[in-house]
Amino acid sequence: MAELAWLIPILPLASFVFISLAGQTVKGDGDRVGVAAVGASLILSILVFVDVLDGARVSADFAWAFFGGTQLRLGYQVDPLTATMLVVVTLISFLVHVYSLGYMHGDVRYKRYYAILSLFTASMLGLVLADNLLFLFAFWELIGLCSFLLIGHWYEKRDVGFAALKAFLTTRVGDIGMLVGIMLVFFHARSFQFDAIAEVIASGQWVGPALAAAAVLLFAGAVGKSAQFPLHVWLPDAMAGPTSVSALIHAATLVAAGVYLVARSYAVFSAAPEALATVAWVGGITALFAASIALVMEDIKKVLAYSTVSQLGFMMVGLGVGGFTAGVFHLVTHAVFKALLFLASGSVIHGVDTQNMHEMGGLRKKMPVTFWTWAIGSAALAGIYPLAGFWSKDEILLSVYEGQHTALFWILVIAATLTAFYITRATLLTFFGEPRDRRRYEHAHESPATMTVPLVILAALAVVLGFANSPYSGYWFARFVYFDHPHVPEAAGFVLFWATASWVVGVGLAVLVYGFGLISRRAVIDNLRPVWVLLKNKYYFDELYYLVFVRGTVALARIVGWFDRVVVDGVVNLAGYGTAKLSRATGEFDRDVIDGAVNGIAALFKAGGAVLRRLQTGYVQSYVLALFLTVVVGLLVFAIG
Amino acid sequence: MTLTFIVFLPLLGALVSLFLPKENHDIHRKWALIVSLVALAVVLGMWGPFDAGNPGIQFEQRANWIPSIGVSYHVGVDGISYPMLIITGLVSVLAILASWNIDHRQKEFFAWMLVLQTAMYGVFVALDYILFFLFWELLLVPMYFIIGIWGGPKREYAAIKFFIYTLVGSAIMLVGILATYLKAGLGTFDIVTIAQQANFDPRFQFWAFLAFFIGFAVKVPMWPFHTWLPDAHVEAPTGGSMLLAGILLKTGTYGFFRIAFPTFPEGADAFKWLMALLSVISIIYGALAAMAQRDLKKMVAYSSVSHMGFVTLGLAAAAGAVAQAKGVGDATVIGQLLANGSMALNGAMYVMISHGLISPLLFFLVGSVLYDRAHTRMMDEMGGYFSKIPVAGTILAFAAFANLGLPGLSGFVGEFFTFVGSFPAFRTLVIIAALGLAVTAGYHLWMMQRVLMGEGKKEESFPDINGRELAVSVPLMVLIVLLGVYPALALSILDPAVSQLMLKLGGM
Repeated sequence: MAELAWLIPILPLASFVFISLAGQTVKGDGDRVGVAAVGASLILSILVFVDVLDGARVSADFAWAFFGGTQLRLGYQVDPLTATMLVVVTLISFLVHVYSLGYMHGDVRYKRYYAILSLFTASMLGLVLADNLLFLFAFWELIGLCSFLLIGHWYEKRDVGFAALKAFLTTRVGDIGMLVGIMLVFFHARSFQFDAIAEVIASGQWVGPALAAAAVLLFAGAVGKSAQFPLHVWLPDAMAGPTSVSALIHAATLVAAGVYLVARSYAVFSAAPEALATVAWVGGITALFAASIALVMEDIKKVLAYSTVSQLGFMMVGLGVGGFTAGVFHLVTHAVFKALLFLASGSVIHGVDTQNMHEMGGLRKKMPVTFWTWAIGSAALAGIYPLAGFWSKDEILLSVYEGQHTALFWILVIAATLTAFYITRATLLTFFGEPRDRRRYEHAHESPATMTVPLVILAALAVVLGFANSPYSGYWFARFVYFDHPHVPEAAGFVLFWATASWVVGVGLAVLVYGFGLISRRAVIDNLRPVWVLLKNKYYFDELYYLVFVRGTVALARIVGWFDRVVVDGVVNLAGYGTAKLSRATGEFDRDVIDGAVNGIAALFKAGGAVLRRLQTGYVQSYVLALFLTVVVGLLVFAIG
Repeated sequence: MTLTFIVFLPLLGALVSLFLPKENHDIHRKWALIVSLVALAVVLGMWGPFDAGNPGIQFEQRANWIPSIGVSYHVGVDGISYPMLIITGLVSVLAILASWNIDHRQKEFFAWMLVLQTAMYGVFVALDYILFFLFWELLLVPMYFIIGIWGGPKREYAAIKFFIYTLVGSAIMLVGILATYLKAGLGTFDIVTIAQQANFDPRFQFWAFLAFFIGFAVKVPMWPFHTWLPDAHVEAPTGGSMLLAGILLKTGTYGFFRIAFPTFPEGADAFKWLMALLSVISIIYGALAAMAQRDLKKMVAYSSVSHMGFVTLGLAAAAGAVAQAKGVGDATVIGQLLANGSMALNGAMYVMISHGLISPLLFFLVGSVLYDRAHTRMMDEMGGYFSKIPVAGTILAFAAFANLGLPGLSGFVGEFFTFVGSFPAFRTLVIIAALGLAVTAGYHLWMMQRVLMGEGKKEESFPDINGRELAVSVPLMVLIVLLGVYPALALSILDPAVSQLMLKLGGM
């Protein structure tokens, strides 16, 4: 089965081609074609996964390009990491495809939506199958394109178009670093293939600062894609797209591609301690920083967006401190519970037609399925035992603890506390208390089965998935997906205590404030006003970047435009003006001196069109004269020189 | 004979068209289309007999012309010129189709379009300096009239500017040609013979390379010789812009491949840094200038300056790789360095081909499809075209993404190979050029946001793309995708000739 893995991205690709060219000819604009294609890919992925569990490995390549004697062989590979990603991507994509049947029903661009969703799925699957940096980068950009198109789904609104542009451009900045990193890798390893690169590094031919530089530059791409600090600014704005898109692209898959990149090129990173430290610290700062912003957001999707940024930071820390399995495992569990939270929020938005949590409240009675599945997703995110998030977060904390990164450990503990707080706050504001907007509350209703069934499936997974990497399964996942050799961190009471304390404190505080009102929200805000303002404004990064980069670049472009028009072209026009004056003078001169030969040529030109008739014959004559003189002078220069 | 047929068929067609009735407008465009299609068919027919593995000249034909001074009629193609013939044939056909609704003086217009084809084909097959120069100069005349008669409001200024600029370049090049002929002392103007047999001292090579460099750089155009281009492009009628951007600019870079580099390798060595520097300036400056434009057509014109910078960068990097290889003892290292150069050179050729497909598509969309509907080129006056003309809007988005180097489309492949191949020779410059990619993405996205997204003017409504317009766009789109997905397709033709050039530069 594993040798059929290449078919997995082909199916959604075919669906993309079909829907975009002929979708209108079938019922539902081809939505069911998309669902069926991704469904088939899911089944195939599971079969491949089972095969890989049994020890199957596949790699195949072909000569994609050649230069002189060198061939550039590129292709695909299936190993445990890829097999895991295949299942994650096809599973979430399939559920989102189904969910969208209800969620996007009646949308103005329903066909376009399903076409691009298929293209995205195909590209994302291509990305995880690539056995080399070049293909990975190519699909990397393609998922960026799909993200751009899907964020801009409702492009009539000005903000939406801007959000799409911002997403593409911000990630592009990281991609440039990645591109230079790829050039450095090729320069030293003479290959784009991961295996070949790993071999060169293992052989010790490539060491030192160049290796660390290459790793850090590659990581720049991951910082952009996974919305890590300081390129995190695009992800919250990307929420302008449909919520189903947010669940698939901006929670589970595309944003995880950065984490996947680090994992996939781990040979480069693990050989450069400076690079690993960079990954860990960027991740750590992001985890804390984004969680703090999530505390004060009023838009339910924005809470989830900053939460995603923060959780991606957790994964980066895991990878950065050497916890390869921990980072990847958190990617998997997070994909499930965050997709669940997004889809549940979509169900809420579908029901009440607002994203502002202050206009919600008390919805648990109106939307029971949505509420219960959301609650499970929240508990998983908060890291409550024994849900998926507990196990994967615990793994990361253990890896940090084992590596004796004390500062990072406390950063993550604080971030985890904040996480538990903000998600509990969101839960209470949305589903508990009194409805704050009666009209919306009355209108609210549970969503159709196409939407709730995916929620239930994801909720079930969010409950059981964590056990895959727990003592109860003998750390099965760690023995399956690993770098170099399987590594199972030893359980530590200290870590378990703080992991538990973080969610107990976070949830407890949120309940005190938002559940029972024992602590006054007003009082907290009033006492901490500067902090609150800073958080509300997201540390002013948008304003800063707008001022420096957007305005700066546009200003530079204006200067260049002006320079080109006035200075460069001015010199040309001035020279032209001078020549014209001169040519008139010579024109008069040579009309008397030089005979018909030149006039003949001029007459020939003259016959050509009315325009030329308006030109002075002197022009043409003197150009020919100028040509002649240049040649003579030039040849003299050569003769002397 | 095949090449002679291809070159002179359009000219013959133009002559025949002089006898067609002036009043019957339809007959001229149909005649021009048929002639161009036949020429294209013959070019494509060469695909089979063309031996891709052979790096040398094929379909060669030689005849004495002015034997007393060694001028001969010598034509032929290799892996560098054959792809150029293909895009010349294709873009010519599409440019005529794009000019279908030219509304005045149709007879002259299509006759000039045919003459232009002869000149373009001629430049790419000529293997004699005099013949090359003749075709090179012949390019100017039809383009001058096409801009000057059928152009926009500032057409006269643009036409004269275009003419003077390139004429000055040509004059300096002619000096180079005559000097090369005299210095070589072989009694022949044959490009191949001189490149193979002449023994020029480095001092001479320096000056001769400089002369050709100026002639070609104006045509490319490289910064700071570029200011004719925005004016010419903006004022030219759509068919003219398509050929100007798609083919005429490439005659400049082709000149480097065919003449300047193989004949004066020491000259290339002397100028490699300057060339790389000007290339990177062109890339960044062109992108920034493009961003500053409100006029969509002008934006596309400046983006050509930016993209052609990649071609010259790749060329410079080939010389750079040779310089690095000198004084290295280890054969493996030499091999790797030359492979870098080969990659950069192939990348440069690839950008030429790719830009020869993407820029005509963009100029067609902007100058024809959008302009015929909205009657404006100002981006601020557009908006909401994704909704108003979904198919045309999607094709414009496709072209924009191709132009900004989206993987899976041809633009990426060429730029990627150029970058990776040039990196070892010019690390800092390549990194600076890579920063330009953000600007490139920026102005394309900003354009899409202004033109395609939003609501646009409420009262506006136009018909979506029509059959003829699709017939122009789709062939270009198909090739852009094919070349973007599987580069071996083009490399199998390009690489043998390019790699041989690389070996020649390396003195092997």
